[in-house]
Amino acid sequence: MQTPAPVDYARATSVADAIALLEKHGEEARLLAGGHSLLPMMKLRLARPEILIDLNDLDELRGIRIEGDEIVVGAMVTHAEILDSPVLAEHYAIFREAEKVIADPIVRNKGTIGGSMCQADPSEDLSAVGSALKGSVVIQGSGGKRTLALREFHEGPYETKVGDAEILTEVRFPIRPGAGSAYEKVERRVGDWPVASVGVFVVVAGGVVTDCGIGLTAVGAEHFCAPDAEAYLIGKAPTEENLAAAAQLAADACTPYADQRGPVDYKLHLACELTLRALRKAAASSQGA
Amino acid sequence: MEVTITINGTPVTSEIEPRTLLVHFVRENAGLRGTHWGCDTSNCGTCVLWVDGSPVKSCTMLAAQADGHEVTTVEGLEQGGVLDPIQQGFIECHGLQCGFCTPGMMMTGRWLLDNNPNPSEAEIRDCISGQICRCTGYKNIVASIQWAAEHPATSEVTA
Repeated sequence: MQTPAPVDYARATSVADAIALLEKHGEEARLLAGGHSLLPMMKLRLARPEILIDLNDLDELRGIRIEGDEIVVGAMVTHAEILDSPVLAEHYAIFREAEKVIADPIVRNKGTIGGSMCQADPSEDLSAVGSALKGSVVIQGSGGKRTLALREFHEGPYETKVGDAEILTEVRFPIRPGAGSAYEKVERRVGDWPVASVGVFVVVAGGVVTDCGIGLTAVGAEHFCAPDAEAYLIGKAPTEENLAAAAQLAADACTPYADQRGPVDYKLHLACELTLRALRKAAASSQGA
Repeated sequence: MEVTITINGTPVTSEIEPRTLLVHFVRENAGLRGTHWGCDTSNCGTCVLWVDGSPVKSCTMLAAQADGHEVTTVEGLEQGGVLDPIQQGFIECHGLQCGFCTPGMMMTGRWLLDNNPNPSEAEIRDCISGQICRCTGYKNIVASIQWAAEHPATSEVTA
């Protein structure tokens, strides 16, 4: 029987209360969102917090809304809510395409965007989405709030810039009129972590790419992105030749390691091919196809 | 800590360790053994029950998280001595062999039909994609859920 080690439990009544509890209990406290990464890690003793601070009562961390030229997603918004959100679907196809292949429908009922971002798994699909869209996060502590670009958020695998007594409260995505976006993933079986995944957005105007973002996960791309490939495409027509050259640059930004999901050369092949497929779809979508 | 969880309409109050998983609370504290406990890693889905009407894998949720909330288990499907169509469907279509995955399959199937009364085969297969059956090859489980979709009338409660 797998059961977590003894642990205390507290339900936060507000974000301020959760921060106060974090400050009181120090680094041995952990925030409990969907729990679908933390509880399995506690069962395996990979994580052994002394107290869990449950965020599930905090309605202030829920909801998806437009604020100015950004879409704001609360940290406790679940994968299922992202999948079903008409607001997100209106602006970016990438959300539905990615969420359809994250875990399974039952797990998506519990897992949250904030939890996924803070777990910072090197194979996290939403990290590729966030990096592709050049999103940002709002992090709150007792001293106030700060905003950080998602491309500066990760310290490394399972490590982020969120401090011991801080909470990620929002994930923000810029709205880009005319953008097309897409997500491509190869997994061994339904609901698994990716062998490789790529998410992109492309804005085509006047026959050339005026803005784009490429996010990759599970393939060792630093900050889940490929800036050289993005820079290459700007100002160029979205021809097959140009998209293929950008896809190769994206693969060049990857340093995957071999594991049970595949060898290095296979993952690099996927990084290139999936980038190309996603760029084709996004460029066509931006041009109204 | 003391928690009160309303299970199938009946409040159950127990003194538990905070680390107690919801699946164990339901089976041991409430004595409802219909919910099965399987892989313990949120992969197999036999422990699926509803919390506030939404299915969750109860091996990956603390009972403490459900304190003050409503839980529905497979025992809650039957109403007034009448089986829910999803239960009848598994009988009609031989939707089980060993029966281990069955409670989770039925809870997910019922939830699907509540939200999508006429799902396609692909939608059914997608909805149970987080649940594992080692006996049926899924064909009869899909047929059972389809049977329930085609026979919604038996869900009427006969008081």
